[in-house]
Amino acid sequence: MNDLKVENLAFLQRGPYSFKVAAGSVLGLRGASGAGKTLLLRAIADLEPHDGSLWLDKTACTDLSGPQWRRRVAYLPAESLWWHDRVGQHFSVAPENEWIQQLGLDSEVMNWEVNRLSTGEKQRLAILRLLQHRPQALLLDEPTASLDRDSIGRVEAFLVEYLRQNSAPAIWVSHDQAQLERVAGSRMEILAGGKMRELI
Amino acid sequence: MNVMPLGAFELGLASLLVFLLAFLSYWNRMEIERPLLIAALRTAVQLSLIGLVLNAVFTTVNFYLVALIWTLMLAAAGWEVMSRQKVVVKGPGRFFIGTSSMLLSSFSIMVLTLTLVIKVDPWYSPRYAIPILGMLLGNTMNGVALAMNTFTNLAWNRWQVIEQRLALGQTSAEAIEDIWRESVRTGLIPIINSMAAAGLVSLPGMMTGQILAGNTADEAVRYQILIMFMISSGTGFGVILSLWLMRRKMFDARDRLRLKESFYRIESAGNKK
Repeated sequence: MNDLKVENLAFLQRGPYSFKVAAGSVLGLRGASGAGKTLLLRAIADLEPHDGSLWLDKTACTDLSGPQWRRRVAYLPAESLWWHDRVGQHFSVAPENEWIQQLGLDSEVMNWEVNRLSTGEKQRLAILRLLQHRPQALLLDEPTASLDRDSIGRVEAFLVEYLRQNSAPAIWVSHDQAQLERVAGSRMEILAGGKMRELI
Repeated sequence: MNVMPLGAFELGLASLLVFLLAFLSYWNRMEIERPLLIAALRTAVQLSLIGLVLNAVFTTVNFYLVALIWTLMLAAAGWEVMSRQKVVVKGPGRFFIGTSSMLLSSFSIMVLTLTLVIKVDPWYSPRYAIPILGMLLGNTMNGVALAMNTFTNLAWNRWQVIEQRLALGQTSAEAIEDIWRESVRTGLIPIINSMAAAGLVSLPGMMTGQILAGNTADEAVRYQILIMFMISSGTGFGVILSLWLMRRKMFDARDRLRLKESFYRIESAGNKK
């Protein structure tokens, strides 16, 4: 099973953190700004040098190259950036039409210029871009931060369904306690100084 | 054919134009007069000194002396490349990257040209070996400096994009490919342009010099074509090598961006080009 296991993970004078996210389940993570939520996700994505070990099922992070690990354990930053002119140029694998519809995006959105996208559209497209290589675990940094209430519902349902279908574990960072209660089976708060505590 | 002699008076006359330009700059607060005058003075002093050295070296044909001059030229070119960067590698790599890429490109091309194309005997004959390396380095240096500067500046300004591309599972080479392409273009465009315009818009400096010095035009042309090919390949290889070394510094073995850890930005680049 695709469990995501973090063992004694330490980086930039933070940690060590140890926890496990079971296949198909969501660990909700909250904490004050600057507490290190994003850094933790970056370290798990192996974008930040770290001590300790990371496991996805029986594969250690160090068994794979950095890019191979990040294709399996995909990290969605809070702000999405776009570097080509057209949306479709950012996809090496075109997303399924069904997914585009489920996220409430226009069916022609792949042909659009990036500069005509709204912030909310960018955020939803960033999720599609993240899923193009069918990652086996997700690290989501405030995936609905700039969405309206309707879109939040769609994105939550879409992501939860993806995780269920692919038995993928996820860490979901949000400031919205109600959202974490909706999507996450277990919740933790990350505290200043690099400690974590479980939330009920 | 005799060469028209140039004396101090004639050169002084030419320098008046530079002074005029400097005055114009001062008058209009363009703030370029200081670097212009310093550069003009450096040209006069450095060339006069090298003239004295070359006179001595040409008469002796000593390999070790020639090698010493090559080393000094290379070190000076490496220093120039380094001092033109705004975002630089921390530690000795700052000097090493530009210098080693010019050593491997310019120097090896010079040796190949001297031994296989011109077939001068001995191959290190200073009358050929020193001016050819000088011409190669002068041009390679510009290309390498431009390309390295573009590469690090763009990476510094677009680091968040690079990180997002890495987060999507791209390799370091994929994540930086746009910046790489733009930097190679920037480094090579000047030499490509001057090859394209040679003979139509401009008569290159070396050829003009040979003609002025009394050589036949067709001989000057053949040497110029040779030099242009050497310069373009030397610049191209030097640019690619320097960017490759930079990229290795920019990412670690796990394709993580280490830009802020391995590089720093000089806030004011002063009056450097």
